[in-house]
Amino acid sequence: MRPRTGTLLLNAVLVAGAALTVAPLLWMLSASLMPTGQANTSPPPLLPSRVTFEHYVELFSHLNLARPFGNSLLVSAVGTLCTLVTSSMAGYAFAKLRFPGREGLFRVLLAAMLVPAQVGMLPLFLMLKGMGLVNTYAGVLVPWLASVFGIFLVRQYAQAIPDDLLNSARLDGAGEWRIYRSIVLPNLAPVLATLAVFVFMSSWNDFLWPLVVLSDDRRYTLPVALASLVGEHVQDTELMMAGAVVTVLPVLLVFIVLQRWYIRGVMAGSVKG
Amino acid sequence: MSAPAGGGLAWRQARAGLLLALPSAALILVFFFGPVLYGLWLSLTDFDLYAIGDPSAARFVGLGNYAHALGAPDFWNSLRITLVYAFVGAPLSVAVSLAAALLVDARTTRWKPFFRAVYFAPVVTTLVAVAIVWRYLYQPQYGLVNAFLGRFGIPHVDWLGDPHWALPAILGLAVWKNFGYNLLIFVAGLQNVPRELHEAAELDGASGWQRFWAVTLPDLAPVFLFVSVTTVINYFQLFAEPYVMTQGGPLKSTNSLVLLMYEQGFRWWRLGYAAALAFLLFAVILAATAVQMRLQARERRA
Repeated sequence: MRPRTGTLLLNAVLVAGAALTVAPLLWMLSASLMPTGQANTSPPPLLPSRVTFEHYVELFSHLNLARPFGNSLLVSAVGTLCTLVTSSMAGYAFAKLRFPGREGLFRVLLAAMLVPAQVGMLPLFLMLKGMGLVNTYAGVLVPWLASVFGIFLVRQYAQAIPDDLLNSARLDGAGEWRIYRSIVLPNLAPVLATLAVFVFMSSWNDFLWPLVVLSDDRRYTLPVALASLVGEHVQDTELMMAGAVVTVLPVLLVFIVLQRWYIRGVMAGSVKG
Repeated sequence: MSAPAGGGLAWRQARAGLLLALPSAALILVFFFGPVLYGLWLSLTDFDLYAIGDPSAARFVGLGNYAHALGAPDFWNSLRITLVYAFVGAPLSVAVSLAAALLVDARTTRWKPFFRAVYFAPVVTTLVAVAIVWRYLYQPQYGLVNAFLGRFGIPHVDWLGDPHWALPAILGLAVWKNFGYNLLIFVAGLQNVPRELHEAAELDGASGWQRFWAVTLPDLAPVFLFVSVTTVINYFQLFAEPYVMTQGGPLKSTNSLVLLMYEQGFRWWRLGYAAALAFLLFAVILAATAVQMRLQARERRA
């Protein structure tokens, strides 16, 4: 009898933990559908007395949240694309192509992982100011143009591509660029999918850098727009919850659909090289 | 067959390698290492609002900014708070992750992928958005946290308004937000612990708890080191949580070093001083990482 009670208890604890974990997210969704003022009653209601979408309508009409939504989408999509291109090229080169200074350069790049991002942030802001890139989309994109983590991830994976495959293409007279495009890239597809999910989510969720580099609210990304919205609408709980749902939902959906790739990335990130 | 010999091919490969590595290397050198070096210079100047308009107005002040920081109560306050985030928050977070990982990985657990995904969900959410959600959850009158604790007879607390409770409240959000990440890494590590070891220990009559101490933990040691080092580093860099929930208050009781740096740099435009703060943070992180590596190495020798 004892093992069965043990199993039951174990699963009960897991269910309770799961309920606590999703509770804030479920409440966010529920409160976003409550009529104005209902969330600020005591005892706090768990479900809307009447389901309404007025707060979502207000976000996208008066408060024009579609604009930061589009900005976030643009920055994340372009940033992801850039990282994929630069990391796939460099990751492959560091794994498979012999060139002078390869090991040294790779070690220098890896050292960047040791330096906290904040150390370069203020001076980068001043640099971009000098280049006229402050308060532009290009300025927000700068940290997402290349990625040490991306290079590292691709390099690990590219090492498994058989040398014979590349050499026989060379014997057939294929140029190095063609080998990269038609042999290496297709072979890297799984790791690039992982990297894409990873970079898309990180850039979508990023806050400190866009906060620093953007001053014009027409270029705000969603997290920055949301943080400034809460300053003006702190009393409007239901409205703010709708804003939080709009911000969180896209990444949550990407995660649910592409879970497998994302989880693989987390695990790969923990592999020491 | 081995690779075809010939200077032509080797040279073409080297050229391709350089060209393919160039974009990443150049971008990282220009936009990361460049600013870091520039920041080092900035930290030795009195670069301020006037210098933004005319950089030649900045004067070299040597280690003046560092000396100023070490004499400023605000710096020591933020350092103390940041150390609490790193050495109370991070271990708490790792402990929750490990406990949850053991439960999720237990032999009799059902729906493992489901629990894994649910526990991981907060990790992918946008920090700013969930920090706003938690701000309302912590609301003293209408917040769910007080309502929930009230059921167990626990009196109401003004979580974010009380200097004693604001920091624990922020840690609550931080742990909820990121325990799922390390959980996943622990689960991967647990799956690498050979089953036979467990079975042998079981045959020897070891209890579940003894097996955990004698088999699971030692086997998990490398994963544990990786997880603790990265988590402590992340907690040293806490910024958006206090920025959104408390603006560093009340009475500066949640003001992390990164938040202090942000305020000095971008609210008061004391960029030289803020750059020095960034390097001080870097030094503290390096020291803390070295200490952890040391401790772990000694543990393993013992």
